[in-house]
Amino acid sequence: MSADPSDPILRVDDVTLAFGGLVANRDVTLDVRRGEILGLIGPNGAGKSTLFNLISGVYRPSKGRILFAGADITRLPPAERCRRGIARTFQVPRSFDSMNVLENVTVGALARHSSAASARRAALDTLERVELTHRAEAVAGELTPPEKRRLEVARALATGPRLLLLDEVLTGLTPAEAKAGVALIRRVAATGVTVIMVEHVMEVVMPLVDRAVVLHLGSVLAQGLPADVVRDDGVITAYLGERHRAA
Amino acid sequence: MTMQALVQVLASGLLTGLIYGLVAVGLSLIFGLMDVVNFAHGEFLMLAMYLTFGLVVVSGLDPIVLMPLVAALMFVLGGTVYLGVVRFAMRAKANQGMVQIFATFGLAILLQGVAQYLFTPDYRSLQVSWLGGKTLDLGGVYLPWPQVFGALVSLAAFGGLYLLMTRTDFGRALEATREDQGAVALVGIDRNRIFALGWGLGAALVGLAGAVLTVFYYIHPGVGGAFALIAYVTVALGGFGSVFGALAAGLIVGLVEAATTLVLPPSLKSVGVYALYLLVVLVRPQGLFGRL
Amino acid sequence: MTGTSLIAAPAISPSLDAAARRFAAKRRRSLYVGALVFAGLAALPYAIRDVYLQNVLVLTLLYAALSQSWNILGGYCGQISLGHALYFGIGAYATSILFVNYGVSPWLGLGFGAVLAASVALVIGWPCFRLGGHYFSIATIVIAEAGLLLVQNWDFVGGAMGVQWPFNPDSWATLQFARDKIPYAHLALGLLVATWLVTFVVAESRWGYGWRAVKDDPVAARSLGVEVFRSKMAAAAISAFFTAIGGGLYASYVSYIDPESVMSFRFSLLFALPAVLGGVGTLWGALVGAAILIPITEISRSYLGGTGSGIDLIFYGGLVMVVAIARPEGVLSLFKRSRAARNEEA
Repeated sequence: MSADPSDPILRVDDVTLAFGGLVANRDVTLDVRRGEILGLIGPNGAGKSTLFNLISGVYRPSKGRILFAGADITRLPPAERCRRGIARTFQVPRSFDSMNVLENVTVGALARHSSAASARRAALDTLERVELTHRAEAVAGELTPPEKRRLEVARALATGPRLLLLDEVLTGLTPAEAKAGVALIRRVAATGVTVIMVEHVMEVVMPLVDRAVVLHLGSVLAQGLPADVVRDDGVITAYLGERHRAA
Repeated sequence: MTMQALVQVLASGLLTGLIYGLVAVGLSLIFGLMDVVNFAHGEFLMLAMYLTFGLVVVSGLDPIVLMPLVAALMFVLGGTVYLGVVRFAMRAKANQGMVQIFATFGLAILLQGVAQYLFTPDYRSLQVSWLGGKTLDLGGVYLPWPQVFGALVSLAAFGGLYLLMTRTDFGRALEATREDQGAVALVGIDRNRIFALGWGLGAALVGLAGAVLTVFYYIHPGVGGAFALIAYVTVALGGFGSVFGALAAGLIVGLVEAATTLVLPPSLKSVGVYALYLLVVLVRPQGLFGRL
Repeated sequence: MTGTSLIAAPAISPSLDAAARRFAAKRRRSLYVGALVFAGLAALPYAIRDVYLQNVLVLTLLYAALSQSWNILGGYCGQISLGHALYFGIGAYATSILFVNYGVSPWLGLGFGAVLAASVALVIGWPCFRLGGHYFSIATIVIAEAGLLLVQNWDFVGGAMGVQWPFNPDSWATLQFARDKIPYAHLALGLLVATWLVTFVVAESRWGYGWRAVKDDPVAARSLGVEVFRSKMAAAAISAFFTAIGGGLYASYVSYIDPESVMSFRFSLLFALPAVLGGVGTLWGALVGAAILIPITEISRSYLGGTGSGIDLIFYGGLVMVVAIARPEGVLSLFKRSRAARNEEA
């Protein structure tokens, strides 16, 4: 395993995923640098969440390779990827609804701790970090949607990731909640965790991310600095097309 | 063994298989529609048999004549069970899958109790049908008319089902729901109405099977269990939710069962079917025509 | 409301140590309650003179233990097995055959049956745990039925005729007591305590958290490093292990077994129902459920259904249906709700 800091922490190398005749991702290639916040944007159905599922191991690509910290993880199961340091949240929150918040996060912490007691301490610590301690004993099934998103972030953080995949964690929040969410992501990134975040709404993510990758119809349409990406003709067309269709 | 004996066994396996398909299709239909396994499916069959029995005793008519009435009453029962029980089971916030299993299981036990209360646990059989005891002679292959008739009813029912699913709005709505639960809301179909109709249809189909079976099978409160097991295997083999998979799988189950009796004693006739099921679980868990 | 609570750090955030201490205290309290309840249950058979009621007590404790075993796989890990009669039968037959045919002590037979059942559970789990939800439940039904059919036709284990235990003087060595039911009550209680303790310990371990995560959402569990398949296999093996011990004890209690009387489908249901009724995936659900269900079924069978009238079944089925729909978290959750309400008021 290479430790050269200039190496990308994640390399998606010419990855294609097809379900039957339907291509969800086509020839996607991208590098993620250590410690950066990368925005993954694109209209609905662009293949953002499928790409997350490929990186986290829910799906295996039909073609191409995925390298994490220099090692080929294309064929590894999700649990092993988690142990190597990839954690994620889900677009539709998947909290463990019969367990309370603390227990949810403890499941994540057990990826790094051998005993439940030390995992629970780590979980409590994580809850403090995401400011969810006051809800520690609430049953996850009874949380509000924004609280569930926060819980998912906590659970993912508790696994001690090097790469954190955030799937629309800022979506559906009030401006005040979104602001708190952005601050949280900044704090996480400041500890050296690399973050990839999928967002639908460009206005929210662009100020936060170091670089942006735009997916369209399953392929990379543009990538670069946020300011450059929003001026890209292809991106503008794709988004305008989306808006026209929505209207 | 002579060629003729072999043909005899296979032909009766084919007839049984068609009836198994009819027993199972309602289960598959309901599962495909809403991802719910009706663990009272066997009891629906049992109820239809008693219904036929009761109607025959009261009216003195031939069970064959009463078949449409039985199916209609079972349709009402199926819809009622959905609206009265399953609808509520689907609202559970915790342990959804478990709630569905035990709600329908509770119903199964309750229905067995009702049958026992009304008809006692005794075994009964109808000897009054015009078809009873008659056999069809196909060049030395003898087939009992009640089974032949049952097989024909099954074929007719599948034919009708095909027309229903391809030619009517209800069928298309059913198909849309099978494809995608969300589609129902989009198309603007009332979910509850479609589900209630689906349960009615599923119950009516197993009702037909029950009416057919009364002509040549004994009736008792526990009769549903044995058929339910075959229905599960059939549906698992054909692919959960696949309507015509149930027909094909029913035929396979009937044939395998008949073939097993050629090599094993009658008490072990189900061994072949179980073995086939395990093979399917190992090799193709989604069934022959299904998707997981 | 939620917006403000997300921004502002809560003022009353307890320190980690306090939280850990509170948790340890809660665990200790559970243990004390357990010790108290089980001591009471150990004394109970002496207070009941009536043999019929003693029989109800033995069955209640036994089904509580069996349901607690089922609960490990069904309640904690969320894999609804409807085929546990197979493991029960394996335990009953292993113990009986070894003792009756080979003179092996039933204590060894219990252990052998338990290990055998756990191994069978692993062999079955290997293909079946790739199936989700209902598919798994149906597979367990079919496999248990296939097992029943095989035992019925297997002469070595007595076929449909079954196995009769010989008549011996009362002895703890052979687990035989002709008239005295109290030792059986204690044996059943011993199994219940064992399953309770295993649940108590495992629930607060890596496995326990993994199981509950698998039950609630296997996809999320996987993403957090939980080995889903291995978790299910472990739960199945432990669950089958104790179910088989229950089967062996049951065989010694009734001293005659045949395939229908230990392996029929209704046993599979009977192991699941108490936990479902009391509350799946909880420490006390199985015992509470058994304490409601078994006396009701036994007594209603005696008074309502003596002639096979079916009223007991109507009652029983109705109860299961209503509880499943109205209280999916089980009867125990009623108490939790009221405690939560009290806390709110305080």
